[in-house]
Amino acid sequence: MELTLSIAVGVMFGSGVWLILRPRSFQLITGLLLMSYAVNLFIFAMGRLWVAQPPITPTPAVDPALFADPVPQGLVLTAIVIGFATTALYLVMIIGARGLTGSDHVDGEEPRE
Amino acid sequence: MSALPWMQHLIVVPVLLPLLVGALLIPVNQNRHGLKFATSAVSGVLLWLLSLALLQMADGEHWPDGVGVYLASNWAAPFGIALVVDRLSALMLVLTSTIALAVLVFGARRWDRVGVHFHSLFQFLLMGLNGAFLTNDLFNLFVFFEVMLAASYGLVLHGYNLRRIQAGMQYVAVNLVASLLFLIGVALIYGATGTLNIADLTQRVAALGPQDTYLLRIGASVLALAFLTKGAMWPLGFWLPTTYAAASPPVAAMMVLMTKVGIYALLRVWLAVFGDEAGELQGFGLAALTAGGMATLLFGAVGMLASQDGGRMAGYGAIISSGTLLAVLGHSGSAVLASGLYYLIGSTLAMAAFMLLIELTERIRPPGAALLAITMEAFAIEDKPEDPVGVGIPGTLAFLGLSFVACALVISGMPPMAGFVAKFSLFHALLAMPGRVPATTWLLIALMLLAGLAAIIALMRLGVRTFWASGAVTPPRLQLSEALPVGALVGLCVVLTLQAGTVFDYLSRTVDGLARSGPASERVLGEPPVARPAVGEASR
Repeated sequence: MELTLSIAVGVMFGSGVWLILRPRSFQLITGLLLMSYAVNLFIFAMGRLWVAQPPITPTPAVDPALFADPVPQGLVLTAIVIGFATTALYLVMIIGARGLTGSDHVDGEEPRE
Repeated sequence: MSALPWMQHLIVVPVLLPLLVGALLIPVNQNRHGLKFATSAVSGVLLWLLSLALLQMADGEHWPDGVGVYLASNWAAPFGIALVVDRLSALMLVLTSTIALAVLVFGARRWDRVGVHFHSLFQFLLMGLNGAFLTNDLFNLFVFFEVMLAASYGLVLHGYNLRRIQAGMQYVAVNLVASLLFLIGVALIYGATGTLNIADLTQRVAALGPQDTYLLRIGASVLALAFLTKGAMWPLGFWLPTTYAAASPPVAAMMVLMTKVGIYALLRVWLAVFGDEAGELQGFGLAALTAGGMATLLFGAVGMLASQDGGRMAGYGAIISSGTLLAVLGHSGSAVLASGLYYLIGSTLAMAAFMLLIELTERIRPPGAALLAITMEAFAIEDKPEDPVGVGIPGTLAFLGLSFVACALVISGMPPMAGFVAKFSLFHALLAMPGRVPATTWLLIALMLLAGLAAIIALMRLGVRTFWASGAVTPPRLQLSEALPVGALVGLCVVLTLQAGTVFDYLSRTVDGLARSGPASERVLGEPPVARPAVGEASR
């Protein structure tokens, strides 16, 4: 499970890095999305990986080692919401830039030949 | 009812007030400028008074150790989010609210009308800034950073034109990537230590095993990358000059403050995590900060000499100021840190005044009416704000010239203004450090002098071109509401110079408090929640 997760995070982040270095705004935003997925999975993994363990203890008198860490799950939720909002904001900006400049290049103009 | 004294609730008000005011202003029609400005200004004044009160409380006997703790939702410290006021955060709150007030007044005449929702975004920006200064939780810091950044994205684009779009695209992209780095850093630190509370981190770092230490170092470095992108360390700060030059002047003045947030966060986290409690990790990464700061200084100096227009020059000035601060942070030593904080106050005030001033001086040359026209068209705003007319203030040129000279003196660090006092005390503190003065310190001093020289050359060239060689016969027309904030900020620089002794006393108390990270963290973790009411009472 660890291997699968790390490969998934690595592939997504790597593709994201490649995409954000590309010149078109669509590639940039796809790259940002991929990177934020990778980061979300990464945060999730920082609570250690558990299968089928409840995150909340019913009574205080239980062994905490049997339960999944709830904090990273809360963090991921927040990170997803914030990432979603900022990406949406950026999407609006890209559409605005496309309308105003007539180009989808990230510099707002086509590169000079 | 809660047994918490009402004054304790003041700690959370700098976050809540701008949030409520900003939200209230959204449905108000865009044409009601007066109402919007008045509400926003009332909030600004209240925040200013509040920050002064918090400064007074943090510096007095009100709280033990000068650390005020507010437990959000009454959760005890490592589990819930604690807001913490100490002398440093109170100082930053005062700086923020002062500049915010000046910017609000400056923008009232024209700039808050060139786009929509200026005042709402401005209040949200203040909320993010204040929250970032107050919070004691790493993830909460991330949230406030995002609030601040989201508002700043809107503000950079305020008065939508081609130049702002082009700059904004890069600014937003860079900051989105930096936010991802922030998250990775926070996650790694949590994975290594099992806590996100900064005070709790202080206590746990020394007891970490070697493997967790390894993870913590990587996490802290990645987190620092995110902070340094905001603080514009070379080579992470290429976004800054373009963005500053493109943003509207009031926004640019606020952005000067935002670079300082990155540096503040870095200082806070580093002192808490790698401070005197950290055992063998103490002082981790400081050499890298010094080196990076020196590279930033050099980059800023060269950039300043190379830039032609005022906006870019101011951007590089902000980079020089960041570089100086970063290089200074790398030297652990309370006297150095106190001088560094003095430099931070002086340079922030002067840079903010300079950002506002540039727009006024550019009226000496043919006004940028074309720029504004595009904006109006893009947003279909009906009542065009007329060009500022009215009684020309007598001696406007004299006012502009004197303010320009004062800003230039502070930015370049020439006597007799605050910049000189700051640099002099920095040199003094650096050379007075125990042991032989290492070569890097001499290099740093040389670089700071070089940056000062570059700044004075560049600013003099700009001044000559603007005031003497522009062929202006009639003085530009200024509004009182535009001249007043600039004058007030410059006046504060003068006060800062005259009252240097008082300010330094305060700063040395600040640094003393920061240096003892142990007692401060115990204070935060030991803050008792308010006793819960009896069960029957609570259910009703």
